[in-house]
Amino acid sequence: MDIISVLLILSCLLLLGSSRLNVAIRVVAAQGILLGILPLDRSMGEFTAGIWVLSISTLISKGILLPWLMSICVRNSEIRREIEPFIGFGSSLLCGIGLLALAVWVTVRMPAVPGKLPVGFLMTSSFFLVFVGLFLMVTRRKALTQSLAYLVMENGVYGVGVGMSLDFPFVVELGILLDVFVGVFLMGNLLFHLDREFEHMDVDKLTELSDVSESPTIDGEQIA
Amino acid sequence: MTLLLPIILLPAAAGVASFLIRSHRFRRVVWVATAATHLAMSIAAAMPPEAATLGNWIGLDCLSAVFLVLTSLLFLGASIYGIGYVAREPVAPQPDLEDGSLFRNEPESVFTGGILLLLATMSLAILSRHLALQWVAIEATTLASAPLIYYHQNRRSLEAAWKYLILCSVGIAVALLGIFFLLMAMQEEPRDLTLTALLGQAAALDHKWLSTAFIFMLVGYGTKMGLAPLHSWLPDAHSEAPSPVSALLSGALLNCAFLGILRVQQVCAAAGMAAFGGDLLILFGLLSMGLAGVFILRQADYKRMLAYSSVEHMGILAVAVGMGGLGLFGAMLHAVNHSIVKAMLFFTAGNILSRFHTKDAAKIQGVCSVLPISGALWIAGFLAITGSPPFGTFISEFTILRASVEQGRWIVAGLYSLFLLVVFVGMSVIVLRMALGQSQAARQRESWTAVLSPVTFTLLALLLGVYLPAPLADKLHGAAGLLGGLAK
Repeated sequence: MDIISVLLILSCLLLLGSSRLNVAIRVVAAQGILLGILPLDRSMGEFTAGIWVLSISTLISKGILLPWLMSICVRNSEIRREIEPFIGFGSSLLCGIGLLALAVWVTVRMPAVPGKLPVGFLMTSSFFLVFVGLFLMVTRRKALTQSLAYLVMENGVYGVGVGMSLDFPFVVELGILLDVFVGVFLMGNLLFHLDREFEHMDVDKLTELSDVSESPTIDGEQIA
Repeated sequence: MTLLLPIILLPAAAGVASFLIRSHRFRRVVWVATAATHLAMSIAAAMPPEAATLGNWIGLDCLSAVFLVLTSLLFLGASIYGIGYVAREPVAPQPDLEDGSLFRNEPESVFTGGILLLLATMSLAILSRHLALQWVAIEATTLASAPLIYYHQNRRSLEAAWKYLILCSVGIAVALLGIFFLLMAMQEEPRDLTLTALLGQAAALDHKWLSTAFIFMLVGYGTKMGLAPLHSWLPDAHSEAPSPVSALLSGALLNCAFLGILRVQQVCAAAGMAAFGGDLLILFGLLSMGLAGVFILRQADYKRMLAYSSVEHMGILAVAVGMGGLGLFGAMLHAVNHSIVKAMLFFTAGNILSRFHTKDAAKIQGVCSVLPISGALWIAGFLAITGSPPFGTFISEFTILRASVEQGRWIVAGLYSLFLLVVFVGMSVIVLRMALGQSQAARQRESWTAVLSPVTFTLLALLLGVYLPAPLADKLHGAAGLLGGLAK
């Protein structure tokens, strides 16, 4: 399990330092595959049907289908790399180290609960995933990177869930997975439209609707 | 209770069927028939005084009964308004008057299917007694409603839908972390996230984990509920969505996220930690009220004004629940009043928009002379939403004020009254200038679908101001009791 945690942490550092969208998508796909293996690894050899279903559906949705959808989005647009993020790639890596330290600090301080699975290294890496997801969300310009960031964050939440309890009803786990899948699918769908309407996918250009700009302009004029 | 399952499954099935039905007329009949049946089933399920359950996961107590009937009622209103709305919308590409580019509406089947799926997911979110299942349902409401916001496929609605999808999904992911923490707080068997289990062992819950869970869930669901400073997506989404959808988003969907917070507050109260959650709720609530007041004062767009008013009222609800005691009853009553009035205001705003073709309040004058019914409704709605007598909102806002005074929270009472006053002034300037005055536009007959729902809702809001029916009062008191820490 520790190997999976280490790989998850490394994958995040790779995400923080790379500008090419295709690389980022592959890294997120690798995360999905690692998370698919995770429940099998955690179950210590007691493979129930629920764990198999959870593993395989995670692997297929997060490891294969969603990255594939993202790469279609990249292919259909002219964009190949993330340009001029609000925080540069080198500095992002440095921030990443800070976030890792934060994740360690948070997990070490967690109150231990008797009779529960030990809160371990997996928890640290999962929290790191959540933090990196949030960090990417606010520092990157491309809408596509934002949806990748959402996926990274969601991967972290999933890791926390698996780390805290394996006896979670797997119907609910599947529901969560389905929600994430449909959510990212819808984002991919909107990405096509964003690409066409705005001829780029920079989220900082999304400023037509705002109340805090200098001169509040009025839009509106469409029928109801 | 056998009715609970059809309440969730009927709109889901009708929603999926809507994607496949080719005939517009038949699809609209299915839409309204589903809405009417849903309301009938909801009332039938909510009427018996005892709580109904279906296993440990699905159930109906006083709290969910109030929200279920309210949601269903709003949906029926939005459906009747909606069939007229989609029928008026052109099929061919239409020019965007802002930048002149052509845009085409989403296919009507996608719109109808999405709105029915939204009803199904909202029903599930209300009826879930398993907190993780409720999370799944609340996230699903985001997914069902995002395509609705993008109904007019132009740049602004695209921007609104994108922000809505990203921000709410991220926020809700934070709430899921909180739900996992709740699991860690449980010390005894059975360790599952049903309300029965959580309330059953409330006294033994680990307080550190429980407080962490509460904060995460408040921030997560608070994003979806539109509490400041997490509200930034709300004015965009609620103003760009087509009017029947805006009404549902403000009147029904915000309540679902509110219910998510209420459930964890219910657990906190049962664990003897009501004050901890309460103080946070009051803080977020006052912040929302104040911020909404500021933005309403300088608002140029009347649909955005209504959206900020929703932020304000969610703040009022948070303050009221945070105070506890009499405030809990006030909060439940106010949730009912706000939903009815806000839906009615969005319907009326839709009528004004389709006649004047602008969302700029400064460009509109003389609504009363051009659209006599909508003009009167616009003024009545303004009076109702700002809590003027004799509307129901006056009673509920006054109850909440009384709760704060009774508890000696003078600062809360002062800020609460101040923010209500600011909103009143801000809205009165915008609304009255629009409603009165002269207009060059010709007087127009209004179709029955456009005015039936808002007129009915206005009468309901008036009725609630002078008379509270006994069954409703029982449910509201029951819900307040649940929130106050009573088990069951």
